[in-house]
Amino acid sequence: MSKIKVVHYINQFFAGIGGEEKADYKPEVREGIVGPGMEFNKRFGDEAEIVATVICGDSYFNENLEEAQAEVIEMVKKYNPDIFVAGPAFNAGRYGVACGTIADAVQNELGIPVLTGMYEENPGADMFKKSVYIISTKNSAAGMRKAVKAMAPFAIKLAKGEEIGAPDEEGYFSRGIRKNYFAEKRGAARAVDMLVKKLTGQDFTTEFPMPDFDRVDPNPAVKDISKAKIALVTSGGIVPKGNPDHIESSSASKYGKYDIDGVMDLTEETYETAHGGYDPTYANNDSDRVLPVDVLRDMEKEGKIGELYKYFYTTTGNGTAVASSKAFAAEFAKELVADGVDAVILTST
Amino acid sequence: MRLELGNILIKDVQFGDVTKVENNTLFVNKEELINLICEDENIKSVEVELAKPGESTRITPVKDVIEPRVKVEGPGGIFPGVLSKVDTVGSGKTHVLKGAAVVTTGKVVGFQEGIVDMTGPGAEYTPFSKLNNVVLVCQPKDGLKQHEHEKALRMAGLKSAAYLGEAGKDVTPDEVKEYESLPLLKSVEKYPNLPKVAYVQMLQSQGLLHDTYVYGVDAKQTLSTLINPTEIMDGAIISGNCVSACDKNTTYHHLNNPIIHDLFEKHGKEVNFVGMIITNENVYLADKERSSNWAAKLSEYLGVDGVVISQEGFGNPDTDLIMNCVKIEKKGIKTVIVTDEYAGRDGASQSLADADSLANAVVTGGNANEVIELPPMDKIIGYTQPVNSIAGGFDGSLKEDGSIVVELQAITGATNELGFNKLTAKGY
Repeated sequence: MSKIKVVHYINQFFAGIGGEEKADYKPEVREGIVGPGMEFNKRFGDEAEIVATVICGDSYFNENLEEAQAEVIEMVKKYNPDIFVAGPAFNAGRYGVACGTIADAVQNELGIPVLTGMYEENPGADMFKKSVYIISTKNSAAGMRKAVKAMAPFAIKLAKGEEIGAPDEEGYFSRGIRKNYFAEKRGAARAVDMLVKKLTGQDFTTEFPMPDFDRVDPNPAVKDISKAKIALVTSGGIVPKGNPDHIESSSASKYGKYDIDGVMDLTEETYETAHGGYDPTYANNDSDRVLPVDVLRDMEKEGKIGELYKYFYTTTGNGTAVASSKAFAAEFAKELVADGVDAVILTST
Repeated sequence: MRLELGNILIKDVQFGDVTKVENNTLFVNKEELINLICEDENIKSVEVELAKPGESTRITPVKDVIEPRVKVEGPGGIFPGVLSKVDTVGSGKTHVLKGAAVVTTGKVVGFQEGIVDMTGPGAEYTPFSKLNNVVLVCQPKDGLKQHEHEKALRMAGLKSAAYLGEAGKDVTPDEVKEYESLPLLKSVEKYPNLPKVAYVQMLQSQGLLHDTYVYGVDAKQTLSTLINPTEIMDGAIISGNCVSACDKNTTYHHLNNPIIHDLFEKHGKEVNFVGMIITNENVYLADKERSSNWAAKLSEYLGVDGVVISQEGFGNPDTDLIMNCVKIEKKGIKTVIVTDEYAGRDGASQSLADADSLANAVVTGGNANEVIELPPMDKIIGYTQPVNSIAGGFDGSLKEDGSIVVELQAITGATNELGFNKLTAKGY
């Protein structure tokens, strides 16, 4: 079997070109290994080899982001590698960000696996650990051998498409992707054990580190609501009776867009909820309780609002992944904007 | 309060002329059981089926699972305030038909019921695949509204479990276990050097198929309160919910609450398990605030050093969970929370709807969005049509050959938040 082809990315410093004064060094590709590539090739043994090394100054990369990315990707593409390795960057901030950015871009545009390495406090780690495998390294180049020792076999695994172990086994920063497995003890026993450890000051590991929440600041108030076009959007699962698009009762894979032109009131005969996460009786009796079409029609008549937008968008929030919700809204928000909607009333349950 | 649980190990279940337990086999007089269930005018008909471990059998839509128990000594009867008078239970002696259960199924009430497979990959995820199940397939009378329908099924299950439990009244148990909780001050006196801990159990209380009953009281109309752990073992808490069946506590889960058992396991050795608080999970913000205030206040009043908090459900109750956790931590009491996750089918989305850095000790029952394929089974008890619309299912879940592709969400008890299972998740 032929060797796995690796393209390696490093900065001007690790290429031996110079320090800060050379940080504006433009991308350059050299056949074979440069600098830390030597250590990688040693670790790769017979399985893989670095076929080319791309060198780019950290300032140049970060200050000419789009151009630099495009240039580097072109260089990488020419060698048709099986995997792209960047760094390791240790605690060098701009280098870390460059490694993360270019690895992410290569992965997305060339569709090949990528790997980088850096220190946990490197800003690049937080920025890219969700999208790119980043091996955790020491904070300075003194940790080079150790870093490469972890990165090289992991790169081979990635290139071969082998199953990747847990972050603590492989040494990468958790990307936050949750996978199920069966533990040795049942959850209750694990909870009691964890409490004893917490109470007696012993180390314990939470099974779910609290996520960083994506909090959204509300927009400023609508200046003149009496002229505003208002749309109704709900995660409460209100749908035309019969749920024509089969929106799931939980973990929705889609949203619905329904015409309410001329609809003055949602009735038991015409609308219902598809949502499986709350007592549906009251929403089924009168769906206005979740999607207040009746009240908005009154306000429209009274001139309190400009008009009610002719469609409403709906899904079930129940057990639906944040990523799905974001994707739905990103899509229909464009339509709302294009149709001149000024404000949205978003109802949940 | 001291309770002796006498476990009669049930290794098989069969129909017979007389309902009895003999040589670890439960015999069921089908006709007598049917007559009992049909006393309820809201039930039009019922079929009774048996489902045993390893059989190629699928039960769905499952509403509740109940363990047959009978009070042998001491005040009160099983399921106080519901089937028995409201005497305080939890002391004396109770017999348990360990290894048997009553499972209720039949016409779907809502979107929310679950699946129990007795073999195959799905069986790994539900504890009820390991039991000898007496399954009631109940059809409600025509036109029965959802709330009454749910209640009729709930009562049928409880009545049947109590009826079967009676069969164990005069049987000598195979093993006897003792559980004792002392009055608070005495417990503190007895183990002065051990950390004092309590258990905070959150009860789902959001409405139809989301309700829980304590001594017959709908939990959404309760304030957080204290209860003896042994009361739970006599059926003081029963389930009226199975919405997203993976993480709802069936009555079986309540009777066998593993957190209570595992705290008792370390009681007097590593911890001093002094008591238990129950608190609801209502939909209104004011209720959430009030209930979590009370849970924190009671924890402080008990003077405990730490608590285990178990959630029931997900999404909306994540708010209650985090409120409880944060408010109790702020009293200087250490917490461990038990939850499950909805991280999307790819596991990449955030798992909870609320979070706080004080929640630094979390036990998870796994990602309920993970998808599983359940192969066809030879026998279906109930009917599979609802799997396309139950929580965890989707259009096309049910294949022509009878196999089912669903999220774990649809499997009864799969990601239980009392820590009943070994399933968990980690970050990759």
